[in-house]
Amino acid sequence: MAKYVFKLPDIGEGVVEGEVVQWHVGIGDTVIEDAPIVVLMTDKATVTIPSPTSGVVSSVSGEVGDMIAVGSMLVEFDAEGVSKTVADIEPVPESGAAHEPESAPTPAAKPTPAPTSIPAPTPKPAPPPAAPPITTAAKRTDGRVLASPAVRKRALEAGVELGVVSGSGPAGRIRHADLDAFIAAGGDVLGAAPAAFSTSRTGVTEVKVVGLRRKIAEQMVKSKSSIPHFSFFEEVDVTELEELRQTLNSNRQDGQPKLTFLPFIMLALAKIMPEHPECNAHFHDGEGVVHRHAAVHIGIATQTERGLYVPVVKHVEAMDSWQAASELLRASQAARDGSASLDDLTGSTFTITSLGREGGLGATPIINHPEVAILGVHKAREMPVVRGGHIVVRRIMNLSSSFDHRVVDGADGARLVQHLKRMLEHPAMIFM
Amino acid sequence: MAETRKCQLLVIGAGPGGYVTGIRAGQLGLDTIVVEGDRAGGTCLIRGCIPSKAIIHAADRFEALRQHSTEGGHMGLSIDGGPEVDMSALVSWKDTIVDKLNKGVEGLLKAAGVELLNGWATFSGPKHCTVETSEGPVGIEAENVVIATGSSHIDLPFMPCDEEFVLSSTGALDLSRLPKKAAIVGGGYIGLELGCALTKLGTEVTVVEGLDSILAIFDKELRRPLEIWLKRHGVTVHTNALARGIEIKGKGASRKVELMFEKEGEEESIKVDNVLVTVGRRPNTKGWGLENMGVRMDASGRFIRIDSQCQTNVPGVFAIGDVSGEPMLAHRASAQGEMVAEIIAGHPREFDKVAIPAIVFTEPEIVSVGLTPSEAEERGEKIVVGKFPLVASGRALTLEADRTGGFVRVTARESDHVILGVQAVGSHVAELHGEFVLALEMGALLEDVAGTVHAHPTITEAFHESVLKTLGHAIHTT
Repeated sequence: MAKYVFKLPDIGEGVVEGEVVQWHVGIGDTVIEDAPIVVLMTDKATVTIPSPTSGVVSSVSGEVGDMIAVGSMLVEFDAEGVSKTVADIEPVPESGAAHEPESAPTPAAKPTPAPTSIPAPTPKPAPPPAAPPITTAAKRTDGRVLASPAVRKRALEAGVELGVVSGSGPAGRIRHADLDAFIAAGGDVLGAAPAAFSTSRTGVTEVKVVGLRRKIAEQMVKSKSSIPHFSFFEEVDVTELEELRQTLNSNRQDGQPKLTFLPFIMLALAKIMPEHPECNAHFHDGEGVVHRHAAVHIGIATQTERGLYVPVVKHVEAMDSWQAASELLRASQAARDGSASLDDLTGSTFTITSLGREGGLGATPIINHPEVAILGVHKAREMPVVRGGHIVVRRIMNLSSSFDHRVVDGADGARLVQHLKRMLEHPAMIFM
Repeated sequence: MAETRKCQLLVIGAGPGGYVTGIRAGQLGLDTIVVEGDRAGGTCLIRGCIPSKAIIHAADRFEALRQHSTEGGHMGLSIDGGPEVDMSALVSWKDTIVDKLNKGVEGLLKAAGVELLNGWATFSGPKHCTVETSEGPVGIEAENVVIATGSSHIDLPFMPCDEEFVLSSTGALDLSRLPKKAAIVGGGYIGLELGCALTKLGTEVTVVEGLDSILAIFDKELRRPLEIWLKRHGVTVHTNALARGIEIKGKGASRKVELMFEKEGEEESIKVDNVLVTVGRRPNTKGWGLENMGVRMDASGRFIRIDSQCQTNVPGVFAIGDVSGEPMLAHRASAQGEMVAEIIAGHPREFDKVAIPAIVFTEPEIVSVGLTPSEAEERGEKIVVGKFPLVASGRALTLEADRTGGFVRVTARESDHVILGVQAVGSHVAELHGEFVLALEMGALLEDVAGTVHAHPTITEAFHESVLKTLGHAIHTT
């Protein structure tokens, strides 16, 4: 039986190593071709490496948390079949919804007694079901709420997110009557019960800094220690932009996403970048060369359950506002649900970080190395503003920005932000 | 260049995904063209699900007749002489069913006001293609495109199917002579369904499987009754065995094919009349200009990437069925097709199914809906499992469905009794799956099934009893 050494293939541009997050196989396991063997975390994304061959695993390299370099041995097989060449193998980004019955490892199951006899062991009877909590609906195993197809369809058509409807059926199942009540009540969401604070707390929880968390930590240290940041703040009057946004939203067609401020900011940036090429660039330490990009690929810092991701909207300069909004939604959703590909997560030339409702007044964003600039967008709110000697109410949004002072001077950074401010305050300019 | 047609919806492929999309779109008033390069009905109807089920049914009848021609007559019923198989007549009978369904699909499309265009489509852009019809090329420009091109049989490069000695599943459903001996390379559901049918018709069958078990997608408990049936009926199963090649030996009518395979490091070979290759299916992503559409593939590179509405990355281009990912099953494609037609017609829809049922029509039949106990545990669920054997079902005994060692097994969450999955093995259990999948979609609790009266005497009682067992009060088993 032939030994077959499987080396970590090239799993993406610029990726030189990966951290082992999870092994799907152990020594002695029989693996079929294309079955997942290991989950690796790289600088850019989490990838599942499929098996190149069918065979029995005779050796694996590295424990969870170890780094494996591209080209070094990953797994050794006693291969049964003709193996594919390494070049054929493509990494599979981690996806929560992966559904691969053909390549799933054989689940361990107890042997069955001969089929002619009635199986003797009686399973322990289940205890009676717990009383359903009244504020949350029961979950399916895929995280969705429990409701019949007819109820799900009605909710979708009524634009109701079933996750916030309380179910009165058994196990918290949402019934038609629950949906009726929710809609009749104007879609109010029941608040969570206040937690009790009457006892002092003493516990300490250890949280290992591994995987994506460790990557984020390393990336932040790299940015902050190698890049001399300078930050710059400005406020923008978005009253006109808000009117435009509302008008566009009220006339949007089915299937078009609601526009937020972000697509307009992205389009404005793409429009003015040719005049500020020093800000849409990559600076690799030690190379002594700045690469100024013609394309505007905007990274959008996105908080996910697994941590911070930066999905990228490519070629914003070639988009209209609806396209930018759709692609923004798709890319950030993909990052959130784990279906983002390596391509979705790499290649940005400029990054925007927006905390939405948590937006605050200002921040000092950390540059996404090797980029040279980042923009922080804060929550727009109505403010009293003096105009021509009178106090008027205007909608004001604050912008924060950080620049790499090695290659962008203060005046250049300020010029970009002021230019952006002019575009956003007179939004017609974005489209001229 | 000939005419260029415009339409609201262009569907590529008239299989169970494409034709359903077309009919639903027609009902919704969309101006729709469905393009098909072969016959309407697709793999499912023309060379897959339907023809194989016809042959399986015929094989059942034949096996039953044989039981009454020996041993002085099983059940006290006897017939004179042994039954005979006329394979080409059997295949013609099967063809009448296929023809009827093919005409039926064409009729339904027509009734829905949908145009079925026969010819091969080649895309030059995301929404523009040229169809080579018998009357010349026709250009089509569509507002929306649904890709429903399906999948194809996978050939082994060192023993490609000639459909004379080495057969694909398509060839195996069009045999002119019943092989005395046959080897099946690949012990998945397609190979085993045909393997069981051939065995019942009297062929001596050998299965060569590369993994350590046949039907590896199912757990051991579900596979076991089938493994026993195969053993009892003289089917030789080689696991951990890899086909290496074939050689045609002999002359004229006595020509045979020798299959070489490697098992545990040893070279082995068998001489048979036919080798059937069923090592899997591959999505049809080549040969029709997909590369010109700008459509993104999924991370594996095999399937077209879709979201929960079957949309690709190109706005207005959708993909459904086998070309869009696993599970490659006709009913998934149809459900996606119906949904996509509604989305294009402006309705808010998403593919939010709890479960896609899977059925294998071997002897015994195997059904799986939702999670198995081990899958549920892998997801961190605390579960309760109830199993009811068919030997304890009166109806199963009268149908002799107890002989294949089948059972119904239900898995539910321990805390709130929500049913997470149901599996069944046994003769005649395929038709039970509708209740299983309805229970899952409705979010049924064990108590919902326990409180539903199931008619006696039927095999459906086994589901009721398996649920009662989880609740600790099964009536007909201990």
